Amino acid sequence: MRVTDVVRETPSTVTLRFPYAPAIDPGQFVMIWLPGDDELPMSVSYASGPSKGVTIKGMGATSRHFQAVRPGDWVGIRGPYGNRFDPTVRRLLVVAGGSGAAVLAPAAEAVRARGGDVGVALGATTRAELLFRDRFAALGATVEVATDDGSDGTRGFVTEVVARWLERERFDAVWTCGPEVMMEKVARLGAARGLPVVFAVERHMKCALGMCDACALGPFHVCVDGPVFPAERLLGATEFARFHRDAAGRRRPF
Amino acid sequence: MADLGVRVAGLELRNPLLLASGIWGESGESLAGAWRAGAGGVITKSIGSVPRTGYPNPTVEPYERWGMLNAMGLPNPGIDEYPREIETARAAGALVIGSVFGATAEEFAALAARIEATGVAAVELNLSCPHAEGFGTEVGGTPDDVEAIVRAVVRSVRVPVIAKITPNSADPAGLAAAAERGGARAVSAINTLRAMAIDLRLRRPVLSHGLGGLSGPAIRPVGVACVWQIYDRVKIPIVGVGGIGSADDVLEYVMAGATAVEVGTAVAFDGIAVFGRLRDALSGRLEELGFDRLTDAIGAAHAGRSAPAA
Repeated sequence: MRVTDVVRETPSTVTLRFPYAPAIDPGQFVMIWLPGDDELPMSVSYASGPSKGVTIKGMGATSRHFQAVRPGDWVGIRGPYGNRFDPTVRRLLVVAGGSGAAVLAPAAEAVRARGGDVGVALGATTRAELLFRDRFAALGATVEVATDDGSDGTRGFVTEVVARWLERERFDAVWTCGPEVMMEKVARLGAARGLPVVFAVERHMKCALGMCDACALGPFHVCVDGPVFPAERLLGATEFARFHRDAAGRRRPF
Repeated sequence: MADLGVRVAGLELRNPLLLASGIWGESGESLAGAWRAGAGGVITKSIGSVPRTGYPNPTVEPYERWGMLNAMGLPNPGIDEYPREIETARAAGALVIGSVFGATAEEFAALAARIEATGVAAVELNLSCPHAEGFGTEVGGTPDDVEAIVRAVVRSVRVPVIAKITPNSADPAGLAAAAERGGARAVSAINTLRAMAIDLRLRRPVLSHGLGGLSGPAIRPVGVACVWQIYDRVKIPIVGVGGIGSADDVLEYVMAGATAVEVGTAVAFDGIAVFGRLRDALSGRLEELGFDRLTDAIGAAHAGRSAPAA
C-alpha cells in the first residue's frame, strides 16, 4: 500500500502511516517491506482504526531508508503477527526506553480506554528523543522522564525513576520495552514488590511464522510466542539480556 | 497401538517423523523443543564452512494453507560456531542429524567430518536447495555430481550419510540411484520446488532473491511421485519430504516407499505440536488400515514388493 503520512517524531524516529484494514492489537507487529531493500518486523504504534502506523528508529541501513520514505511511496505489509498486551489492568506503570515507547503508547491507550490509570516512566538519551511524551500526556497519564544527559528530568537511567515511583505509588502491573538490560532491571524492581512485569521483546526476524528460527529466544520464538512475555518466562531461563542472534544465527552479546 | 519404530540408514527411530532441515534448526534449544514435541529425530539447519546471513527479506511468502515460498539463502552461523547448538540439543536427548552444504565434494567431506565430531547420529547432504548460487541444486543437479559428493563424504565419516536430492530435475530417481552408488545409506526426497511469486503493483518478484522454493501441501503429490519412482530404483531406505501435515499424508509417502518422513512447513501452519499430533494419529490410522506396525506399510502401494533393507 501507499504511505499516506510521514511524521518525524524525534531526531532518530519517524512514523509511517498507511491504510491497512486488518484489526491489530497493541503489542502485535507487522512485517514492513521496502521494495528492493529489506523487510523488517515493526511493532504497530498506531493500531486502531483503518489507518495504521509504525514508528521506526534509524538503526541500520534499511531502517534509515524507511525514514526516507515519502507520502505516496509503496511499502508492503504482512501481518499482524504475534501476541498482545492484556489491557485489563487497573493501575499500570509503563516503562519505555528510547523507541520502546512505540509499542507501549497504543498499549497504554488501550488500558485508558478501559478506564485504567497509567503512569509512564520515559527514558531517552536526551530531551528531544523522548518519544510520544505528548501522546502519553494527552491520555491523562502522569509522565516522568529520565535522560542520559540530564537535559530533562532525572539525569541517568529511567530505572531510577521507576524505583522511586514504586516506593510511593501502588500499581497492579508494569509493562516495559527498551534495552534488555533496562528491562531486566525493571523486572527486578517489580518482582521486589510482587508486581507482574511484562516485556515486549525484539529479535532479528525473517519468516515471522514460527518456522525459520531466526528469532529463537530460549525455547520460544518471539514472532509467535511473543513479542509480549511475562518477565518470569524469560529471566534466568533464557539468554534474555545476555545475547541475541544475528542474521546468520550467531550469538551476539548485548 | 501400532508400532511406529523404524530403522533408517542404521538409525533406530522412535517414530518416522523427522524435523526437516531449515525449520527450527538455528538454535539448539529449538532442536530440543522439536524433539520434546515428539519428533523421531531432528535435522539441523544446513551448515556451511563460513557464516552466512542469507538473503535480505522478504525471504518467505506464505500462501493460504496450501503452500509456502521461501528463499532464505542458507543462513547459518558456520561450522565453527554451530557445534554448541548441537551440544544443547544432544544434552536434551535429541537424536540429531547434521545437515551440511558445500560447493565442492571436498568441502562437503570436510564439513561432514566436522559435524560428525559433534556427535550427530548421521549426516544429511543438502544437494538440493533450489535458490543458492554455487550450492544445493547447482552442485547436486546431475547423477555424476551427486555420486562424487556422496562418495567423498562417505570416505570422510563413519556415521551414515543421507543424500537429500532435488525434484528440480528430469530424473530425480536417477539422482537417488547415484547417491546409492556413492555409498549413501538413505536418500531424502524432495526438497522444495523452484518457484516464484510476483507483486503486480510493484512489477517485481516478492522474494528479494526472486527465485525461491515452494513447500507445503501443494508439493505433496510431487514428492509422493518422486518417492514412488525412487523406490523402484534403489534398495536403500527413502525419507519422504514435502507437504506432510496429517497421518494420512505420512502414510501416502510410506506406501509410496518411504521408511521415514520429514516435516517442515506444517510447523508454520500448526506449530511444533504437529509432531505429537502426527505421532498419535499415525498409530490409530495404521490400525484402521490393518497394519500392526509402520514398517509393514512401507511400499505397500507397490504390489508384490518387499520392504527395503535398513
